[in-house]
Amino acid sequence: MNNLTRMVLKRLFLGVFLLFIISVMIFIGVEALPGDLAESILGQAATPESIEALRRALQLDLPPLTRYFYWISGILQGDLGTSLATNRPIVDLLGTRIGNTFFLAATAAVVSIPISVGLGMLAALYRESFFDKFISISTLTMISFPEFFVAYILMALLAVEFQIFPSLAMVREDMTFLERLYTIALPALTLTLIVVAHMMRMTRAAIINVLASPYIEMAHLKGIKKARIIFHHATPNSLSPIINVVVLNLAYLVVGVVLVEVVFVYPGLGQLLVDSVSKRDLPVVQASCLIFAAVYILLNLLADVLSILANPKLRHPK
Amino acid sequence: MKDAIKLLKSSPWSAKIGLAIIVLNIFCALFAPVIAPYNETELAGDVWEPPIWSADAMPHDTPVILGTDHIGRDLFSRLMFGARNTITIAFVTTVIAFFVGSVGGFMAATFKGWVDQTLSRIVDILMAFPTLILALVILTVMGTSIPVLVFVIALIDATRVFRISRAVAMDIEIMEYVEAARLRGEGFWWVMKEEILPNALSPLVAEFGLRFCFVFLFISSLSFLGLGLQPPLADWGSMVRENSSGISFGILTSLFPAAAIAFLTVGVNLVVDWFLHRASGIKDV
Repeated sequence: MNNLTRMVLKRLFLGVFLLFIISVMIFIGVEALPGDLAESILGQAATPESIEALRRALQLDLPPLTRYFYWISGILQGDLGTSLATNRPIVDLLGTRIGNTFFLAATAAVVSIPISVGLGMLAALYRESFFDKFISISTLTMISFPEFFVAYILMALLAVEFQIFPSLAMVREDMTFLERLYTIALPALTLTLIVVAHMMRMTRAAIINVLASPYIEMAHLKGIKKARIIFHHATPNSLSPIINVVVLNLAYLVVGVVLVEVVFVYPGLGQLLVDSVSKRDLPVVQASCLIFAAVYILLNLLADVLSILANPKLRHPK
Repeated sequence: MKDAIKLLKSSPWSAKIGLAIIVLNIFCALFAPVIAPYNETELAGDVWEPPIWSADAMPHDTPVILGTDHIGRDLFSRLMFGARNTITIAFVTTVIAFFVGSVGGFMAATFKGWVDQTLSRIVDILMAFPTLILALVILTVMGTSIPVLVFVIALIDATRVFRISRAVAMDIEIMEYVEAARLRGEGFWWVMKEEILPNALSPLVAEFGLRFCFVFLFISSLSFLGLGLQPPLADWGSMVRENSSGISFGILTSLFPAAAIAFLTVGVNLVVDWFLHRASGIKDV
């Protein structure tokens, strides 16, 4: 067990280190901005005095290293700075949006994980059959579709043509849980369709990989029933790759959410990020990118750790 | 040439369809000004006119096949010009990414040591970033223009190409003929070009198809977010964005460019799928 904790700690440390590098990169990126932040906010008509005043207010007159430490220690204390476009603290802007984004991603995950793992297993079991071929072609097609294409088809069909679901996912604070679920039905469905395609293909590949190993053939030759081979012999060993697949797709979900949020005008983090990029509202871009990157890295870390835990060979390295 | 035809004949129907789709797209991109009845920015009629097969299509001297877009330009013509802009940029970006990524990967595999360590760690860090987020950060800082767009996406893609070409080159690098070439006193470029590249070509070609799809979808997504190609340039992603508000009124104009994007990616994927299957030489057990 000692070995295991050391391994997990090592991964954790690596994750924190990566986050640190990324925060530095985001900071340097903004630092490399041509011209001065103060000038670009005030525009060309600004007097030198007002630029100077704003520079002081934004602490741009301090050396970069000092500013980085101010910025990062602010973030660690939950202070993300002030938005340039709205002049409001970023924490206020992000607060409900983070919740909304995670709600959407979580809903899509809850629906898509059982479907894709189940269908992936079936496709692996009945591989080369009509069912498998059908699934293979349809998931390949699905992967080739841009997110917004899927989103608009669903919108045109289910919201405009048949009017089952609302076309725009405008959630409000005072909605009940079920109302919320109903409102986000279309964006969640879009995300589910995209993620299921990826996850299923990967699950199928992972199981087929295990099924090709000699000990499974041995089990076949011993005359063990197919179902028993799948559940008793193959599943424990394909657990680790499947967990990996699931968590990696969750990480993909976190990013895929950006486009879907824009299509459905969903008040989430992704939409804020895209808006801020076009307004060049740098502090908001910095903060939201850091959050996205952190979640992404954490999920990747989780995938690593879980696959170590699920795999005895990795758990007891020689 | 004969081999190519023979190979084509033996390919499954899915690959043939894929190939036909790719050829059709290239044809449209090359001959856009000839095929397109209207100009890229020319007004053809009213706003959001229905397509020609619809019951209430407007009469025109030159046919407006797919109707008009949100300011009255001919959608079909813009689709043709869009093919030209989007596919060209995606192709150039993929080529740059491939050049940078594979040279980097081959260098890492040949020189090993600190070259490998430095390059690999840089790539690790870049890959730890979610792609869209990395692109958004760089685009905010450097603004949205075509060179920046190409640079950003090529950078992101080069990391993936680096990974695969390094892995492939590692396997080739230990072969006796590479060692023989090196003992003969050949330089790095020569070994790379004459010994490693020809043997690494087949996995890299499949990867090229996959990366092209990725780049193409990525550019379209960024354009769709309003951060890619800027109007009035025709581009499939921005055309979806421009016409998307029509969806709630049942005007499906924006689905045409979106379908065009999907169509080309499906085509490329079908061919790549066949290629991978063939290159791996094994069928699923």
